[in-house]
Amino acid sequence: MTHILLRHREIPDIQKLTVYKKNGGFAAFKNAVTKMKPSEVTDLVKSSNLRGRGGAGFPTGTKWSFIDNKTFPHYVVANADESEPGTFKDREILENNPLQFLEGLAIASYAVSANVAYVYLRGESWQIAALLDEKIAEMEKAGYLGDNLFGTEYSLKIYTHLGAGAYICGEETALLESLEGKRGQPRVRPPFPALVGLYGKPTLINNVETLTNVPMILANGADWYKAMGTGDSAGVKIFSLSGRVRKPGNYELPFGTTFRQLIYEHGGGILDGRSVKVIMPAGASSSMIVVDDKVLDTPMDYASVRTLGSELGSASVIVIDDTVSVDWIVNKTIHFFKHESCGKCTPCREGTYWMQNITNRIHSGNGAQADVDLLLTVAKQMQGKCLCPLGEFSTMAVVTGIERFPQDFRKAVKSEK
Amino acid sequence: MSLTKKYSKEVKQILSKYPPEHKRSAVMPLLYLAQREEGYVNKAAMQDIAQILEITETEVASIVGFYTLYHDEKAGKYRMQVCTDLPCALRGADEFLQNLCGNLGIKVGETTPDGLVTLEAVTCLAACDKAPMFQTQGPDGIKYHENMTVDKTMELIEALKSGD
Repeated sequence: MTHILLRHREIPDIQKLTVYKKNGGFAAFKNAVTKMKPSEVTDLVKSSNLRGRGGAGFPTGTKWSFIDNKTFPHYVVANADESEPGTFKDREILENNPLQFLEGLAIASYAVSANVAYVYLRGESWQIAALLDEKIAEMEKAGYLGDNLFGTEYSLKIYTHLGAGAYICGEETALLESLEGKRGQPRVRPPFPALVGLYGKPTLINNVETLTNVPMILANGADWYKAMGTGDSAGVKIFSLSGRVRKPGNYELPFGTTFRQLIYEHGGGILDGRSVKVIMPAGASSSMIVVDDKVLDTPMDYASVRTLGSELGSASVIVIDDTVSVDWIVNKTIHFFKHESCGKCTPCREGTYWMQNITNRIHSGNGAQADVDLLLTVAKQMQGKCLCPLGEFSTMAVVTGIERFPQDFRKAVKSEK
Repeated sequence: MSLTKKYSKEVKQILSKYPPEHKRSAVMPLLYLAQREEGYVNKAAMQDIAQILEITETEVASIVGFYTLYHDEKAGKYRMQVCTDLPCALRGADEFLQNLCGNLGIKVGETTPDGLVTLEAVTCLAACDKAPMFQTQGPDGIKYHENMTVDKTMELIEALKSGD
């Protein structure tokens, strides 16, 4: 299959402006600005059934249509704060096909009548930010960014902004706080950013992969896009495959590809010829899937993965083999969420702290079955009570780990009995 | 010398990215600028930034405290930050870090006696398919080092040393 996002795999020089242009680059943006109304662009994206690729899977065109047209200015922010353990797809796009992403951002900005857009990158992406700055300057010089684009009234500036190492800033309201120069702590919603966003103005926030789809949808049409993927999950997705597989990496595949195809055909199977025990399809935030043949043959789309008691999320598929104990996995994920909890709401701040204490005790062999029960109780008490999804995410591996792999926890605490 | 005097061009360029009435947004890029030379933000720089942005020094300090890539204490010239999160750990990151400690004769969080490298364990760096991996945070910014072994890392440290 020819890639539509990771196009550098076929066209290695696509990050050069001349090469990108020769391969159809900026035609979609020019066509949108000169021949389409902003609402027509939004309608086209809506009818493509594109859904947000950051994890939530919210319909992209619908999100664009929420932007309040009574208040101006509008802002667009590209969420490039990719920090979920297991996710490394946006990074490959930005490093290798940055112009397609920037064109997608430009089209989204036109569609919601924004004249300023920011790319919020995770602080570690220092070199990527420098590359984007270079590409933005090239686009300005070539007349794809700046004032009166293509001889119209429309003007657009794009700026990069580096975060500084905080997973929580991937949450869109925390990201806005951070971009405003504050600590990255989520806001209470509503109001949603479409009404009250950056600097209190209507703001659209989209993930890098989502935006990178947009030029291709405008160029080839909604029907072309919908023809790929499955019913509720149109198009292609970049699956970040990691863990105990022979060939970890990004695989751009249509939605509906099965776990077995991803892990065995593309990923080369499991290391040391072992078998798969657990799949975490949405990174560290996943509910753990107990793997059997039926699971391996399940198509990876939003609805099908839900039938397995999990979520596809950002499709960061962490594969865990039968040499690994689930109590160790839980210890690892809790360590992550405890570190990344922003401290604003009590259930998450205190809950992740206590979950870390208890899981450390269990994992070090000093726990009893009562500790496992207590850990489960703490996680369940947090659910539905946190200000933002981070707190909720922190409980996923705990609850599903204990409920679906009780034997691993029994073994971890057996020395106590 | 104050930040504005020393880096007047950079400060101006940073401020131009944000609406003048929302210049507080510039606090993060200004902190990176302040930390460029010594690897940490000192009190004078925080006062400078507060003055430039017309916010309090406490507000600036709260940003330094919240984000992990800002530091308010001097460490080694390079911070070597090894990812030990789940996907990396499934590919040997914990053992890698332990062996590195053994080779360098320091514990996680400590600095080599020559002041060159501070070894740290950090959370996900979005390089799960290329573990073991780490980033170096130093005077030349942040750089990724992927698919690493202890031998390759020791070679890198030698190269950093001779780059002094």
